[in-house]
Amino acid sequence: MSSTLALIFIGVAVLFILGIKFLSSPRTARYGNLLAAAGMLVAFFATIPLMQLHEWNLNCTLIVVGILIGLVMGAVGAYSVKMTAMPQMVAAFNGLGGGSAALVASLEFLRRSHSLEGVTVSAAVPMLFATLIGSLSFSGSIIAFLKLEGKFEKPHTFPGQNFLNGVVFLVILGLCGYLIGGETTNSTAFIVMFALALAFGIAMVMPIGGADMPVVISLLNSFTGLAVAGDGFVINNLSMIVAGTLVGSSGTLLTLLMCKAMNRPVTNVLFGAFGSGGGGQAAAAGVAGTVKPIQADEAALLLAYAQRVVVVPGYGMAVAQAQHQVRELSDELGKRGVEVQFAIHPVAGRMPGHMNVLLAEANVPYDQLCEMEAINPSMDRVDVCLVIGANDVVNPAAREEKGSPIYGMPIIEADHAKTVIVMKRSMAKGFAGIENHLFYKDNTRMLFGDAKASLNALIAAVKAS
Amino acid sequence: MSVEILVLFIFVLAIFVGFEEISKVPSMLHTPLMSGTNAIHGIILLGGMLVLAAADTTLSRALGFVAVVFGSANVFGGFMVTDRMLQMFKKKK
Repeated sequence: MSSTLALIFIGVAVLFILGIKFLSSPRTARYGNLLAAAGMLVAFFATIPLMQLHEWNLNCTLIVVGILIGLVMGAVGAYSVKMTAMPQMVAAFNGLGGGSAALVASLEFLRRSHSLEGVTVSAAVPMLFATLIGSLSFSGSIIAFLKLEGKFEKPHTFPGQNFLNGVVFLVILGLCGYLIGGETTNSTAFIVMFALALAFGIAMVMPIGGADMPVVISLLNSFTGLAVAGDGFVINNLSMIVAGTLVGSSGTLLTLLMCKAMNRPVTNVLFGAFGSGGGGQAAAAGVAGTVKPIQADEAALLLAYAQRVVVVPGYGMAVAQAQHQVRELSDELGKRGVEVQFAIHPVAGRMPGHMNVLLAEANVPYDQLCEMEAINPSMDRVDVCLVIGANDVVNPAAREEKGSPIYGMPIIEADHAKTVIVMKRSMAKGFAGIENHLFYKDNTRMLFGDAKASLNALIAAVKAS
Repeated sequence: MSVEILVLFIFVLAIFVGFEEISKVPSMLHTPLMSGTNAIHGIILLGGMLVLAAADTTLSRALGFVAVVFGSANVFGGFMVTDRMLQMFKKKK
């Protein structure tokens, strides 16, 4: 690589670092994304001289066509997806990146192992690493995508599953060791390793419930980053090493932050098959009290004559696509002098920040959005807490019941409000699969029905009152 | 010092930069951040281009082509979807 190109790649690395930096503050986030995209563009053009093309050949045509197909796929996906389906889209793009990383590493491996130069140990390690991690990320992301689309979102478990997965993983490592140890020309061993890594990705994600997919996607995202860094080692591209590593380490930290918000160790998310342990106990404890339904017009009166209202949105709001109605109701109440705030639980929805994105789409100003820690101390001064399609994140069992699988998870203390109105389609359980004691509390009223329809009724009734 | 060691050195430094950078992110930005870093690892497109440029068999061309398509979808789609999310974070006047 010439010095000029090397200098350009340093600039690219700086753009990526600044891009991620700016992405972590609301004011500069969009700028940060554009900065990273600019870095990508520069890296792209700086790579063209590295391809050592002396004339236009079939490969050039394939590259151009491939990029165009990917561009169309990406653009259609990015602009046609509904805001509620954003997590799936991130999972899909991540899977494609992982697949690409695995293919690049395996092509290099197969090419070099059959050439005169051979594969040195220091090249074989990152190649096999990128193949393994990349293909695992590919198949794992596909399962995560399907789970978020509502296909087999329940955890799939069978006895000895962790043991079997462990054995498969050891076999993969064994094959890697065998290949590194000199048998690099054995393509069969390599292909078996590739296939097992794909299978392992599926086996790793299948037992994890749909509610934990955000953590899984974040983890797979950092995996893909590391695979890309591995590829960077292999083909000697510094910008790939830096970009991949940045994603790998920041993604790992992000995964841990998400787990922390749920108060669960990451090992519990990955190997715990959520709720299979303590679920029985919680159910056995039984629930005291009765469910008290409420009609929309009565609920509207409570809201219209309140001083302070806190809205707790959850995945139900996303499913019903009700974010615009929520904004309308909040505006209507605001006009009457009611102070409206939104309490956002860190893991509400299917992805951290999911609710923020949806409410931002509906033009709810983000200074009206409060994080859980900020709102909890003042919850007992709230007149009405309106829970829209949220369940586990307001379940007092997390505070009160030692046996509950969600015990210890920080929650929004909705039950401390004077009145709680829970909008829900039915009495069905949340993702944790446990009863919610909030629904049976004396100060709780249930407003059954689709969130969008109920909200429209509320808006009409508030306007009329 | 060999090139490999130097590269390893950069790798280790990059790990720490990544950790430091996002230690204090409000949870509302977790999704866009995940999506933004997801787009950044789309740089694998460059790897795909380099491998495809050196391809000399039909099989390696086919696989390299798939790698380029995947990488390109990752990078373009990733940045676009992130931008679409972020353009909604506007403060009301």
